[in-house]
Amino acid sequence: MRTVIFRSIAPYLTSLMVLFSIFVLLRGHNEPGGGFIGGLIAASALAIYGIACGVAPVRRAIYFHPMAIAAFGLFMSAMAGVLSIFAGVPYMSGLWIYPHLFGVEIPLSSVLVFDVGVYLVVVGAISSIALALEERDRD
Amino acid sequence: MSASAPGTTFIVLMLPFLAALIAPWLTRRLGHNAAWLLALAPVAIFIHFLGFSADVADGGVVTGGFQWVPSYNVSFSWLIDGLSLTFALLISGIGALIILYSGGYLKGHDQLGRFFSFMLLFMGAMLGVVISDSFLMLFVYWELTSITSFLLIGFDHAREASRRAAIQALVVTGGGGLALLAGLLVIWNITGVSQVSLLLNYGDELRGSPFYLLALLLVLGGAFSKSAQFPLHFWLPNAMEAPTPVSAYLHSATMVKAGVYLLMRLNPVLGDTVWWGTILPVFGGTTLIVGTALAIRQTDLKLMLAYTTVSSLGLLVMLTGFGSEHAIAAAVLYLVAHSLFKGGLFMVAGLIDHEAGTRDVTRLGGLRRAMPVTFVAALAAAISMAGLPPFLGFLAKEEIYYALWHTDPWSLAFVAVAVIGNGLMFVIGFAVALKPFLGPEVKTPKHAHEGPVLLWLGPLTLGIAALVAALISPVTHRFISSPMASAIAGEAETVTISVIPHMGPALILSLVTIAFGIIAYRMLDRLRAGMAWLLAAIGWGPDRGFDQFISGAVRLSVAVTRLVQPGRLDIYMTVTFLMIAAALIGPMAWYGEWPAMPVWPEDAQFHELVVAAIVLIGLAAVIYARDRLTAIVSLGIQGFAVALIFMLFGAPDLSFTQFMVETLAVVILALVMTRLKLHASDHRPTLQKVVDMSVAIACGGGFTLYLLSVTQQPFNTALSDFFSAYSKVVAHGANVVNVIIVDFRGTDTLGEIAVVMVTGLAILSLIRIRTPRATVADNDPDRRAAQGPAQGREVR
Repeated sequence: MRTVIFRSIAPYLTSLMVLFSIFVLLRGHNEPGGGFIGGLIAASALAIYGIACGVAPVRRAIYFHPMAIAAFGLFMSAMAGVLSIFAGVPYMSGLWIYPHLFGVEIPLSSVLVFDVGVYLVVVGAISSIALALEERDRD
Repeated sequence: MSASAPGTTFIVLMLPFLAALIAPWLTRRLGHNAAWLLALAPVAIFIHFLGFSADVADGGVVTGGFQWVPSYNVSFSWLIDGLSLTFALLISGIGALIILYSGGYLKGHDQLGRFFSFMLLFMGAMLGVVISDSFLMLFVYWELTSITSFLLIGFDHAREASRRAAIQALVVTGGGGLALLAGLLVIWNITGVSQVSLLLNYGDELRGSPFYLLALLLVLGGAFSKSAQFPLHFWLPNAMEAPTPVSAYLHSATMVKAGVYLLMRLNPVLGDTVWWGTILPVFGGTTLIVGTALAIRQTDLKLMLAYTTVSSLGLLVMLTGFGSEHAIAAAVLYLVAHSLFKGGLFMVAGLIDHEAGTRDVTRLGGLRRAMPVTFVAALAAAISMAGLPPFLGFLAKEEIYYALWHTDPWSLAFVAVAVIGNGLMFVIGFAVALKPFLGPEVKTPKHAHEGPVLLWLGPLTLGIAALVAALISPVTHRFISSPMASAIAGEAETVTISVIPHMGPALILSLVTIAFGIIAYRMLDRLRAGMAWLLAAIGWGPDRGFDQFISGAVRLSVAVTRLVQPGRLDIYMTVTFLMIAAALIGPMAWYGEWPAMPVWPEDAQFHELVVAAIVLIGLAAVIYARDRLTAIVSLGIQGFAVALIFMLFGAPDLSFTQFMVETLAVVILALVMTRLKLHASDHRPTLQKVVDMSVAIACGGGFTLYLLSVTQQPFNTALSDFFSAYSKVVAHGANVVNVIIVDFRGTDTLGEIAVVMVTGLAILSLIRIRTPRATVADNDPDRRAAQGPAQGREVR
C-alpha cells in the first residue's frame, strides 16, 4: 500500500478530511452532519494516514493517545450537561449565548460542546482500535 | 410514643463508626493503651441509652429517624423499647469491657489498630440491628454484622483455618441474611408496612395470610443461620479461630443473639401459631441437646464454650417458640444471664491461654494460686452458668422450669431436654472454671501468673454484674426484664422471680439438674471418650457437608463455564445469530402474525433498480469471492448500495453515517484479517457451509419479515410531529436528527458514547493481550492447582 503517490498525497488528503470533518461537525445543528458523522470522517482520515505512512507518524501527529482523546470527549460531553446547574435548569438543558465576533452574530450553545465531545469520543475510540490493529507485530 | 433527642441518638448510632475510623491512628500513637480512649465510645453509648431506661420502664417507646428514600417509603428510623434497649445496653456495656480486654489480649500485635477498628465497626453494626425500625435498615446492618464477623474471624489471615472459618461464617450467615431480606419483603408485601413499630397492628393479618408460612420460613432461615441452630450450627465453633475477644463479644454475647433478637422482635406478629410453636421448640431443643453433647467431646476451653453457646441459643429459640408468659420471661432472663456469664467465661479462657500458653483443659491445672482474680471471675461466671443461687443464671433457670412444667407429654419431653441440656451446661461451666484452677499444678507452656488489669477487669465486672442483678432483682425486673418481656409479648408483662427459692416443681427440677450435673462432672472423661467414639462412628457432619457443598458448587460452575464459554469464536457467533433469528421469528410464529408479502412496485425508477442491482451484485461477490479480502470489500459494496438507498429516500444523515461506517468497517476488518494470519481463502467442510448458510438465511429472513411487519403497522406520527414542530423553536436547530441526538435525547447519547468508549477500551485491550494458551482449562481451579501458579498473561 505504501506507494510513493499514496504516501505523497495522504497527508493532504488527511488534512482535508479532518477539516471537512470539523465542518460537518459544526454545521450539524442545521444541516446533515454532527459529531458522530464528523468523528467517523476524522477517524477514517487518520486510518488513511496510518495505512499510507505507518502508525508512528499518526501517533506523533495527534500527539495525545487516542484513548485519552476519547476520554476527554466523554468528560466534555458530561460536563456540557452539568453546565445547566449554573442556569438552574434540569441536567442537559440546552443553553445558548450569542457573542458578536467581527460584527457577526455566532450562536454558541452547550449543545455544541456536547456534540464536540461526541466527535472526540468517536475519533478517539475508533482510531485507537484502527491504530492498534495497524501496528505490526514486533516479535 | 415520644420522639426525643433524634439528633443525639443518630450521633450515638454513628459513634462506633467514627471511633473505628480513628482507631488505627490512635493505636499508632498510643499502642495498646488506646483501648482506654476507644472504650469511651461504647461507654458514651451505654450512658446515652441508660437515659431512656426510666421512660421505657414505664412502658414508653421511643422512635425517631428521618426519610431515607421517600419515593420508596424507606426511612432511616429507630425504635427503642424494652427489647432493643436491653440489647443496646448489653452491646455497649460488654463492648466497652471487650475493647479494654482486646487492648490487653493483643498488646504489641502489629495489627491492633485494625482489630480495634473492626471491633468498633461490628459494634456499630450490631447496635444498628437492634435499634432499627425500618426493615431495610435492619437488613443492611444485619449483613454488616456478617461482614465484620467475617473480617474478625479471618483476622489472622495468614492461617488457612482462619480463612476457611471466615468464609464459612460469611456464607452461612450472609446467605441467611438474604433469606431474611426475602422474608422481610414478603411481610412488607402482605402488610404494606416496612417498619417494625407499625407492624404490631398487623399481626392477625399476617398470620391469616396464605403467605404466612413462606414469610416465617424465610425469616427463620435468617434467624437460624445467624443464631447457629442445628443443622447450621457448625460455623460457630469454627469461628473460634478468631482471637478470643471476638469469640467473647461476637460469638457469645452479641452477634449470635441477633437471630434470637429477630425472633423475639417478630414474636408478636409471627408467633402464636402452630407452625411457630412447633418449628422453634423442635429446632431449639435439638440444638440444645446436640450443642451440649458436642461440647462434652471437646478439650479446648474455647470450643467447649462455643458448643455450649450453640446449645444456649437453642434454649433461647425453644423458649421463644413456646411464647407463654413465663417462657418469655425465662428467655429474657437467660439471654441477659448468658451474655454476662458466657462473655466472662470466654474472656477467662483467653486469659488462661494468654498467661499459661495453652487452653487444652487436659494440660491445665492448679492455676488458682497463680491467678486468683481470674479464678474468682471464672467461678462467678460458672455458678451463673450452672444456674446456682445467688446469680442471675439461677433466676433464669427457675423461670425456665416454671415455663416448661406442664404434665402433657409434649411439655414433659421438653422438660427432659431442658434438664439434660442444663445439666450438661453445668458440667461444662465447671469444667472450664474449676479444672484449670484446682488439682495439682501442671507444667504449662508458659509460666502462668496473674494477667494485667486490662484482662481481668472484663470478666470480673461481668461476674459482679450477674451477682448484683440477681440480688437486686426487683430493680432488674423493673428496668430490664419486664420492659423487654412486654416488648416480646406485645403486651404489658411483669417478671417477678427473685433469688429466694420457693418450693415447687421448678425447684425440684433444679435439684435434679444439679444432681445430674454433679454425676456427669465426675464421669466427664468417660463421657468425652464415649462422644468421641460416637462421632467417629457417624463420621459425617454438617461441617464436612459444607466443604462438599462448596467443592460441588465450584465443580458445577466450572462445568457451566465450560458449557457456555467453550472459548471458540465460531460457537459464540453461531449461538448469537441463532438467538437473533429465534427472537425475530419466534414471536411471529407463536402468534401466527406473519406479515403480508410485498408486491412489486409499479413505479420503480430506473436508478432505484440500479441500486438494487448493486446490492445483489455485492451479495453475489461476497458469496463467490475467491479470498477473504475480496469478500470483505464486496461486503462494503453492498453497504454502500444500502447507503445510496437511504440517500434516495431522504435520510442524508443516516446515509452519511452508513458510508463512513462501511468504509471503516472494511478497513478494520481487512486489518484484522491481516493480523489473524488465516489462510487467504475460506475452506469449510460442506456440512459447516450448510449450517452457516441456514443460520444466515434464518437471520436475514427474520429481519426481512420483522421489517415488513413493522412497516405494515399504522405509523404513529406523534413523536416525529413533536420533533419537527419543536426542533427549531425550542432547540434552535433545523436538523431534526441531530437535535434529537444532542439535545432532546442528549442523556441517551451520553450513555451511548460512554459505551463506544468502553467498547474501544475493551477491543484495545483484546488486541494488546497476547494469549499464548488461554483456554477455559486455565480457569479450572483443579487443573491450575496441579500445574502450579498460572503463567501471567503477557501484556505488550
